[in-house]
Amino acid sequence: MKKDSLTQTSATSPQRRKVIKSLAAGTALAAGASSLPLVSHYAQAQSSAPIKIGFQVHRTGIGAAYGRWYDRTTKAAVAKINAEGGINGRPVEIVAEDDGTDAKRGAEVVEKLASQHNCDLAFGTLFSHVVIGSAPRAGELKIPYFVVSEGHHVASGMLNRYTLQPGITDVKSQVQAMAPFVTSTLGKKITMIYPDFAFGHDHRDYFSAAVEAQGGQIVEKIAIPPTETSFTKYFPKIPRDTDVIYHVMVGPAVLTFVKEMGEFFGRSRPEIFGFIDSLEAVDLNSPGLDFLEGTYFWEGNPRYAQADQSDYDKAYRKAVGVDANGASVSDSKDVSTYAHMFGCWETLHIIKAGMEASGYRGPQDRAKLIEAVEAMREMPHSYAHPQGAKLFNGKTHQTFGHQYITQVQSGRLVLAHTTSIEDTFYPDEVDYTKQSF
Amino acid sequence: MTVRQKSWALHLGLLAALFGLQFILPTYHHGSLARVMVLACYAMGYNILFGYVGLLSLGHALFFATGMYGMGLVIQHLGWPAGPALLAGLAAGFGMALTVGILALRTSGVAFMIVTLMFAQAGYLAALYFGDYTRGDEGFVIQQADRVLAGFDLSDPTNRYFAALLLFGICLVLTLRLVEARFGQVLVAIRENEERTRMLGYDIHRHKLAAVVASGTMAAFAGAAYGLLFGYAGATFASVQYSIFPLLWVLLGGAGTVIGPFIGTLFMFYLIDLSSGITSAYMLIAGVVLVLLTLFAPQGLAGEVRRRRVKWLP
Amino acid sequence: MELGPYLILGFLEGLVTAAVLSLMAVGLSLVFGVMRVVNVAHGEFFMIGAVLAWQIASMTGGHPALGFLAALVFAPLLAAVLAMAADQLVLKRIAYDPERTIVATIGLLYIIQQTVLMTYGPDARPLEALLMSALSILFVNGQKAAFLFIGPGLGTTSYKLAVIGAAMVLLAAIWALMTRTRFGLLMRATQLDREMAQAFAIPVNRVYALVFGLGAGLAALGGVLIVPIQQAHYLMGHDPLLLSFIVVIIGGLGSLPGTVVAALLIGVSDGIISVFFTPTLAKIIATLGVAFVLIFRPQGLFGKRAL
Repeated sequence: MKKDSLTQTSATSPQRRKVIKSLAAGTALAAGASSLPLVSHYAQAQSSAPIKIGFQVHRTGIGAAYGRWYDRTTKAAVAKINAEGGINGRPVEIVAEDDGTDAKRGAEVVEKLASQHNCDLAFGTLFSHVVIGSAPRAGELKIPYFVVSEGHHVASGMLNRYTLQPGITDVKSQVQAMAPFVTSTLGKKITMIYPDFAFGHDHRDYFSAAVEAQGGQIVEKIAIPPTETSFTKYFPKIPRDTDVIYHVMVGPAVLTFVKEMGEFFGRSRPEIFGFIDSLEAVDLNSPGLDFLEGTYFWEGNPRYAQADQSDYDKAYRKAVGVDANGASVSDSKDVSTYAHMFGCWETLHIIKAGMEASGYRGPQDRAKLIEAVEAMREMPHSYAHPQGAKLFNGKTHQTFGHQYITQVQSGRLVLAHTTSIEDTFYPDEVDYTKQSF
Repeated sequence: MTVRQKSWALHLGLLAALFGLQFILPTYHHGSLARVMVLACYAMGYNILFGYVGLLSLGHALFFATGMYGMGLVIQHLGWPAGPALLAGLAAGFGMALTVGILALRTSGVAFMIVTLMFAQAGYLAALYFGDYTRGDEGFVIQQADRVLAGFDLSDPTNRYFAALLLFGICLVLTLRLVEARFGQVLVAIRENEERTRMLGYDIHRHKLAAVVASGTMAAFAGAAYGLLFGYAGATFASVQYSIFPLLWVLLGGAGTVIGPFIGTLFMFYLIDLSSGITSAYMLIAGVVLVLLTLFAPQGLAGEVRRRRVKWLP
Repeated sequence: MELGPYLILGFLEGLVTAAVLSLMAVGLSLVFGVMRVVNVAHGEFFMIGAVLAWQIASMTGGHPALGFLAALVFAPLLAAVLAMAADQLVLKRIAYDPERTIVATIGLLYIIQQTVLMTYGPDARPLEALLMSALSILFVNGQKAAFLFIGPGLGTTSYKLAVIGAAMVLLAAIWALMTRTRFGLLMRATQLDREMAQAFAIPVNRVYALVFGLGAGLAALGGVLIVPIQQAHYLMGHDPLLLSFIVVIIGGLGSLPGTVVAALLIGVSDGIISVFFTPTLAKIIATLGVAFVLIFRPQGLFGKRAL
């Protein structure tokens, strides 16, 4: 309220009003009764002001490698949207603020985007602790908050009506969709290795439940403490009768983890199934990774261009500047976070669709925008959704989609299996549409 | 005016100014100031131990997080209302400070730094280890419905500002009283010359323990309030970084001054906030400013003011 | 789970950790002991060593080993020069005041991290070194007795053994430097009594600059040695800083043998404790163990004076 009165006085200061008046008068004098076009011209200038999308980005801190590619993808998507005429005829402007991959700073950044930059909405957060730390503030400030995090926090009902995750599937979906493939193709006795924090616990809980439902068995669960930098000492805990290693790791030490796993097993490894998070933004041909040949990965979106690559993926890859090996076109050593960053591209297109469906004009229409997104259901495979078709659940604010399993063949990740969307379903845990705005 | 009157006029004046500011501040700064006030309480708590007793702790995040989890967990798992939960956080902080104090005060100097650091690390790891209750690094949301204290919805900006100001006022006045009291003067005497104070017949250990408990409890109070006002509790707040912050704020604002922690916290917040508006390399600016400050304001901002001008500043 | 191989692997891994840690901690201990300041940016010099190693190795053509050897020489030198510049520009001017040094080195930490982030980027980059052949541990009867041999199987790499060897040689060199050279004598004199050293016309300021450079150089050397195992990343300095700080205090301030023993103790116990508990619980226990050692022996294991 205080802020409103301030901006109003500064925006339409008496002098400015005088200038406009005299201008109008002058034009009226010159063109007689045709002062009307000037008024409409002014109104159009108002409505063609850019739509401001606040981008909460991990530029520093442990999320920086992801943040850089989220940034590039976002820029590419906005360039495309603007080239195609913007949203409701208005250009889109990105206001980026670094959150340092920190929960406290994240909340401050959402406040800054909402109250100081007057953004129409906030978008783009990846790390779960930042999302969960920021979402309460987004709800209080009543600013739509579109996260690209793959956490289960949105669909679990922990957050609020203003927080949505329409552009990327969540960990619960991803993990449970992997279980049938792992148990039927690779083996029934599985050892899980995961980081000892919430993200890892989600893997542990949802995957073991799904495996047991398939008749498999988790023979050992190895939780690695965070900030660990050497891993060899944990590998002897892997039981000898293990058929399959299921691994997922995050953070800067991921390559060490995978490499030391290779050193540990030598040439007599069991089957290995990993989440690409363990090697996201890491070159698959780094020294010490040869042992991965023949192993499998979950990928949100296949890093290497596949034989049956769609035109959509081709166009998306080109726009972001990623080559057929998933690295930057300008530096083949600069590997992208391809399995996750499509979420930014798709979310921005969903925002566009939502704003156009609701006739969004400004912050007063935020609730309408959310209702419009909640009403969405099918998102077909298209230029807006290059990763694949999706089904959005408006009640849980979470999207569901295909998952990809690729196999390492001659140092490339080659598609081995695509799950159906139905494989990723689970019963609703919340109905956000029942909450008031 | 006597020195005492001047000092009360200054600090009550600060509270009055903070009260008045809320009517003119734009929304963003209004919210930020509420945040800074709560964090300043954390820094004030730290300052009791560091500024007045001269004990450098590297583990105060343990107390901040204990307050935050003590409050958050009883809401999350036992469904306690906000008021009792706040007290639970306070009590947890008191118990933790007492335990850590009894153990860590067997050491001093660098060993005290390491012992507090280790306890805080163990606390951080415990928050992760008991992830089934705490959700580890991700943390959990304290829902808006649970954040109603005595009929006031703390998620409302005005209420939040008032609550933060109230908390800040309590901590500020308590610190001021403490500094003026005989107790506070003994603490300073310990800082200046522990042996001499002992020979004067003071029980050093009891005074130090009381200071650790006061310091830790105030930090826990700030942590509990922070969680309640901003709706989130997570292991981030237990990490080493959050033990370093109050040290930095206090050193910047002026160790051993009552107003210093607030100034340091405010300064650091806006240093990061404003420089991140100018460039994405804001840490570079922050780093250079820190180095320059140590060169040109060695006693911290309020400390310099005291050294050069206002000799009576408590 | 077989206990034998687990213990051997845990022990070996612990030795590698201890090797790198002791280099870093000896550097920190020198700075701490001689100059009486806590260098919060010490971990950043470790990181700079690793990052420079990657830069130097990728600039050097030819066999990867060549680049790595060049990095071993030049990365610590560059880090030392940088540290000496920081000492002359900042620390000297604040008269090595302990509290102001903390703030100044936090500032330095921000500057170094951001500069590396802007130039080198946020990725963890690997480096190929020499002696990367896989080493294996052969288990007789599946447990207990074990032999090391080169070849495929369960195991680790020979590079890790080389790191342990290199650290031993370097520590011996530091020991010789401290006890057999004139510079070592000057350092020890300054450490014992700064005023007295000054009175005896020891150029204390120059000694300080050299010690600060030496400390940073040792940290950087540890960084270079670790890159082939752990990659270079701009945030990698954080944990080693804490660990080496702990090692210095546990070992006893100013005692080089104490520092090395403490590094061994902490590195190896980390590996061994995780045999009996789940990993995170093991870390909690090890952390509390350090706290209780100091509670009952505040001067550290080998410290002579009460602190």
